[in-house]
Amino acid sequence: MKPAPFNYAKPSSVDEAISLLDGDATLLAGGQSLVATLNMRLSAPDLLVDINGLEELSGISVDGGTVRIGALTRHRELERSEVIAAQAPLIAEAVPLIAHPAIRNRGTVGGSIAFADPAAELPACLLALDGAVEIAGSGGRRKVGAGEFFRGLYDTALEDGELITAIEVPAAAGNQRFAVEEVARRHGDYGMAGVMASVTVNGETVEAARLVYIAAGGTPMLAEGAGAALAGNAIDEASIGAAQSALEGDLDPFDDMNSTAATKLHLARVMTERALKRIAGA
Amino acid sequence: MPDSIDIPPVVVTATVNGERVSRAVEPRMNLVDFLREELELTGSHIGCEHGVCGACTVRVDGTIVRGCLMLAVQADGAEVLTIEGLSESGEIADLQENFKTRNAAQCGFCTPGMLMTAAELLAENPGAGRTEIRQHISGNFCRCTGYQAIVDAIEETGRNRGEK
Repeated sequence: MKPAPFNYAKPSSVDEAISLLDGDATLLAGGQSLVATLNMRLSAPDLLVDINGLEELSGISVDGGTVRIGALTRHRELERSEVIAAQAPLIAEAVPLIAHPAIRNRGTVGGSIAFADPAAELPACLLALDGAVEIAGSGGRRKVGAGEFFRGLYDTALEDGELITAIEVPAAAGNQRFAVEEVARRHGDYGMAGVMASVTVNGETVEAARLVYIAAGGTPMLAEGAGAALAGNAIDEASIGAAQSALEGDLDPFDDMNSTAATKLHLARVMTERALKRIAGA
Repeated sequence: MPDSIDIPPVVVTATVNGERVSRAVEPRMNLVDFLREELELTGSHIGCEHGVCGACTVRVDGTIVRGCLMLAVQADGAEVLTIEGLSESGEIADLQENFKTRNAAQCGFCTPGMLMTAAELLAENPGAGRTEIRQHISGNFCRCTGYQAIVDAIEETGRNRGEK
């Protein structure tokens, strides 16, 4: 349970960090997943590139209706941010469910997005809000929409030699409603099921609903059928039932040590009803 | 994987429990191993070594972290407080007394991490209710007490601090 030997570098700029990312090098951000895998020797890189000193990757800002969150922003900073509470309430509601305080103090936004655990909250929030990922590499900077970023189980659009510099989400509009519902065996554990819901309304009618589920497939799963079932309708027993029915086609959960795929699908339906009823009552 | 002997040691200089220390260590050394092996501060315990149990919880630059999920080299330039320093500071004398009174420490293995974690909650929100307390200590495993006595001790400490 001790890491295999590795070299260590602490670059002082993003460009220097990128220049170090050749060969068998791994980025170290918050380290809350990586160091555990190093300890268990599930990962044994030649070189760790510690980006914790890079101030340019930290901080939260709002510009013209877009909330930009630097990749090195810690979960705890999100949790305490008035900007996030006001402009990205879905993220504000989800962050306290991420692990435990000692882990939220270190874990970073960029690390969570890059690791892309299908049961993690932030990747699901990013997709529910239809946000984007800012990426830097030796070829320059680019931006990838959340829908294209998450490709498969722990697989993303990040190429070798690239790093995430920030994520962007649209600031919440007055006609948007949000809810997070999740069930975990222990507070802070990865959820067995959960939904991050972003619903745009016109009066009582749903204009568009982006319901994204955790632990329901290889990536955070956007339920397009459930969204379509809600669009154009008020949130009531009938539309909630239609959305729940659509989940069988939308989601692709798999069995794990905690529950079967059928249990997860059932839980996803329960979480859907809770989230939508809360949104309808708001 | 490089050979260990080919890797130059890195110098870690940190302030630990108010004292400036400097050691040359392997980059792969975890912070909690640094504290225990290099500084002989064995109050921080090693349980799961992958961030699940919370026994290695220490304070770095004012906030609690997992000592097994941070490398010693990352603490270079940092202020580190272990249970030894926290205890000597008197900051949690009331909490420790309540742990004793309530029998919230049985085998004692989780206790240092539990105290470090509870201290952060009590400093930020002494009025925290039982649900908040349970959520805050959810990352610290105790296999003896069933948590009831621990929650009691934290709740009472917060209540008494609020009355002062």
